[in-house]
Amino acid sequence: MINLPTSSLPAILVGLPILVATLSLFFRSRGKAVVGLLGSLLTAGLALIAFVEVAQLGSVIHILGGWEPPLGILLRMDPLAVVFIGMTALVGVFISLFAWWYFRAQESTNGKFSLFWPLWLFLWAGLNGLFLSNDLFNLFVTIEVIGICAVALAVLSGKTDSLFAGLRYLLAAITGSMAYLFGVALIYGSTGTLDLGLLGQILEPGKTTTFALLVITFGLMVKMAGFPFHFWLPPAHSSALAPVSALLSALVVKGAFYILLRLWAEVFGISLTYAGGQLIGLAGAVAVIWGSWQAFMQTNLKLIIAHSSVAQLGYLLMIFPLLILAPGVVAGSADWLSPAWTAGVYQVMAHAFAKASFFLSAGIIIMAQGHDHKGSLRDLASRMPMTTMAIGIAGVSLIGLPPSGGFFAKWMLLKGVFLSGQLWWAPVILTGSFLTAGYVFMLLRLAFAPARDQEPFRPVPHSLQVVALLLALGSFLIVFPAENLIQFLESSETFGSGIESIMEGGAYGNN
Amino acid sequence: METYKIYILTSAVLFVIGIGGVFMARHFIKKIIATVIMGGGVFLCFVSFAERDALTFADPVPHAMVITGIVVAVASAAFALALARRIYQLTGEQSFPIDK
Repeated sequence: MINLPTSSLPAILVGLPILVATLSLFFRSRGKAVVGLLGSLLTAGLALIAFVEVAQLGSVIHILGGWEPPLGILLRMDPLAVVFIGMTALVGVFISLFAWWYFRAQESTNGKFSLFWPLWLFLWAGLNGLFLSNDLFNLFVTIEVIGICAVALAVLSGKTDSLFAGLRYLLAAITGSMAYLFGVALIYGSTGTLDLGLLGQILEPGKTTTFALLVITFGLMVKMAGFPFHFWLPPAHSSALAPVSALLSALVVKGAFYILLRLWAEVFGISLTYAGGQLIGLAGAVAVIWGSWQAFMQTNLKLIIAHSSVAQLGYLLMIFPLLILAPGVVAGSADWLSPAWTAGVYQVMAHAFAKASFFLSAGIIIMAQGHDHKGSLRDLASRMPMTTMAIGIAGVSLIGLPPSGGFFAKWMLLKGVFLSGQLWWAPVILTGSFLTAGYVFMLLRLAFAPARDQEPFRPVPHSLQVVALLLALGSFLIVFPAENLIQFLESSETFGSGIESIMEGGAYGNN
Repeated sequence: METYKIYILTSAVLFVIGIGGVFMARHFIKKIIATVIMGGGVFLCFVSFAERDALTFADPVPHAMVITGIVVAVASAAFALALARRIYQLTGEQSFPIDK
């Protein structure tokens, strides 16, 4: 890994947002917003440059301070990392623009929430750091930065219900990260290294490794709200301010999924068993059904969207059983591995765009009506056609109708399911889509229904609606570069093309 | 039994006590203390590995990690306490409502 070309971009991608966030603390509220918005545009521009660089050079690394591993810290930017960084930048820039206009429009009524900007930039630095990290302890630090910033953002409104939800979220996050750190301690104790690449080579199967895998997976499942540890997500995501809800569900929970994917594929390949994969897949399958059903039963718009996040995260868990070969299958014939894990990446992107758009639309509706009971959607189509369209488009992507990004993700997932012969996951994917269609069409039906009574209706700036609509369109546009993007992902030396040999399975299950 | 194994077993016990407390305690402060106990267990585990690997002096890497971890854990606990205090000021509640 040391032989890869070096670049200073990985360090700047983490350092710049931290620098700007700290700088913005010196300004008063309006100054914070200006500095914050400039900082997020700058960070997004850097992410674009990083994407181009990795597309040209392949994976690049940065050795912090010139201290080479195992003593120093190495940042590694491979195609998988840069795709996540790019997604964060795209979604983040739209949410930043939305936040800029949203807080301006609310300044007179709801006070000022200028602390959003430094917190969001610290969160962004944490996310970039997480995607670039190459050792277990660095991942712990970045996920803690993300967790604390995310909770601080979630309680930004200062309302009672958001405080309750925030404390619940924080306790779950601390529990999750402590469990993760316990696993890291055991791994360090048994191998003496924390470097992901090195661990993948020297980790030996055994009781310690299996136990470490268990507590790490438990911790990350809590962090990414995987069933049955999803209890903290709906209240926390639904009680936050609109741009914050969008950030939390589009980006924050994906961080834990990214670590889980990296660790399962790169580090713990040796200890994975067929049964373990099936178990985590089952958790995902239950989350898909349960979350969609709960979303269908809610009466508040933001709670519907938050429960839908639980279901959509369930799809992400369902890729893990597909990555582990069934007993007796030869790895050489495993042509479903690539569809399975790229389906996960596409599901992450499609959900990020669609769910961010959905939460921003909910924020627009609350701004106009003052509450988010689903009855407030009545007659939305004539009052705010642009927002109705955003909800419709984002909803179609969540359901997985062609030609949306959500369709592409679920189609790849189904392809993986059929090619691997694990057919029992197929009905879950389809049932999840039907239930999603249930609540999306329920919302759209209300949007076209005539209003019952004349509720007060405050006009909402067009700029906000445009941002929500653009994000919804983004969940469709990501399909067009699909072929190139998947080739790009598979070209990674550290991930992707290596996944087949890694997933051959370990000492217990598959031989 | 070597000395470090006593510490590792203690750390596992602390971790389990902590995780049980987070889920079973009702009072906010008890929950927060439970997370601190969990953290204590994890840090003890790290440090005991440093003792095990000691030839002439203890392995410094776990200590560096534990220092970082303690900073993170203190910050999280302080933030949780601040939230709990704010909830108490606003509502007088000291635990989560049962129905949720």
